[in-house]
Amino acid sequence: MTPMPWTPDQPLVRIADVHKAFGAVTVLSGVSLDVMKGEVICVIGPSGSGKSTLLRCINALVPIERGSILVEGQEVNDVKLDKLALRRKVGMVFQQYNLFPHKTALQNVMMAPIHVLREDKAEVEARARRLIRKVRLEGKESAYPGELSGGQQQRVAIARSLAMNPDVMLFDEVTAALDPETVKEVLVTIRDLAEEGMTCVIVTHEMGFAREVADHIYFTDRGVIVEHGPPKDFFANARDPRTQQFLSQIL
Amino acid sequence: MIAGRTDLPVLLPFRPGARSAGARRPGRGHALALVSGLVLSIGIGDALAAPGVPSILATLVKWTPLLATGFLLNIAISFIAMAIGTALGTLLGLMQISLFRPVRGFSWAMTQFFRNAPWLVLLFYCMLLLPFEMPIGQAIVPLPAWLKATFGLSLAVMANVSELVRGAVLSIPSGQWESSEALAFSRRQTLWMIILPQCVKRMLPPWMNLYAILVVGTALASIVGVNEAMTLTGDVLAAESRTELLVPMYLYLLLWFFAYCYPIARATVALERRFQVR
Repeated sequence: MTPMPWTPDQPLVRIADVHKAFGAVTVLSGVSLDVMKGEVICVIGPSGSGKSTLLRCINALVPIERGSILVEGQEVNDVKLDKLALRRKVGMVFQQYNLFPHKTALQNVMMAPIHVLREDKAEVEARARRLIRKVRLEGKESAYPGELSGGQQQRVAIARSLAMNPDVMLFDEVTAALDPETVKEVLVTIRDLAEEGMTCVIVTHEMGFAREVADHIYFTDRGVIVEHGPPKDFFANARDPRTQQFLSQIL
Repeated sequence: MIAGRTDLPVLLPFRPGARSAGARRPGRGHALALVSGLVLSIGIGDALAAPGVPSILATLVKWTPLLATGFLLNIAISFIAMAIGTALGTLLGLMQISLFRPVRGFSWAMTQFFRNAPWLVLLFYCMLLLPFEMPIGQAIVPLPAWLKATFGLSLAVMANVSELVRGAVLSIPSGQWESSEALAFSRRQTLWMIILPQCVKRMLPPWMNLYAILVVGTALASIVGVNEAMTLTGDVLAAESRTELLVPMYLYLLLWFFAYCYPIARATVALERRFQVR
């Protein structure tokens, strides 16, 4: 609750001692991590270790019980929070794409900027077309989600989120539902974004990808961060036995 | 054991093209059976008739214009009741998914009350409780019996549409709500721009089904004294007072309803099949 204005040298997302339980099931028990502007962090860990919940807490899809999440200095764990204002700054891409099936790819990308940001339709359309080119889907503007492959749908979902000009992007196991051959096209899209300096929080099971794009890797298990570090250190000398066991299973 | 085959009472997964024995498509045979039933009953009736009376077919033709005006009233009642019921029912259905508990509770109670009340009881209450004329502003608007009956049927339609809307909204995957939220859509925007447009497609077949049931149900209005086709058929039979007319006359009336409702039922089945495959 610091009234101090946020400046870019402070963490863009600051998560401190976050606790969350769904009924009797504890999902997060004291997670803390910082994300600086332009940084790409990957969160890895076994299923059910609270990775997805952590992402959902950052844009207030899931309320937290204890702790603090600051996004650009604004407290997310605050009853007076303007959730819509927060979500305009935080983009999110889901495992199941969740495109709007009754709208074309282009309309999917244009909807939120027009109706949420109330921007000019012509400008939004130009930007949307640019974004669709950027995710390498030129020519698919008027295709409906049902007519696109999983990888294509996921790239539309990325473009849709980018159209809001977010300051940070959250990726929630975005390749987990894809065919192996389409995984790559989505990862390439995310890598391009990361290289352009977009701040990203990526939950993933793709270890090779995490090693390649991440500035920092966090390993979570049973609601806590067990170990973290830059990818080189992390993969070469994992110290915690849980991390070692997880890596040995997956690599 | 062969995979996919079982004696257990399980609901089999839907396979496009596959048809289970219980859900056969209605065929043209139904219409044919009805018409031949009518022809047969006319033949039997004519054979039983006293000598010298006009043939049954001629009698049916003679009364057809009157029955048609009665049937038009049935259609009018069904249209108006469907329109009012759909408008109110949509509102009630949306209230059922309100985040505000009292609103949800109220609309749930309304829905359950009217959905589980016999249509005839609703009709009687509307006939008895509504006045025969109503002052609207300066003017006094008469409320004829058929309009009161229409209101009664509207209540039943309203409750059923309310459940259709609620069910359709709940059937949309939660990911649609989640991604809309993440894109900073408000709840109202999410509902109107993302959820409801997807519901329309899902609701159309059951809504048409409800309409077909309503059309048949308009014949109930005869019991509360509305001059619709059923009432007029009774009047005709009373005027003719020929017992051999009884069966052909009511079969003839049935055929009118059938001719109107059957295409709707077919279209519903066709729409359902088209939406299911996608």
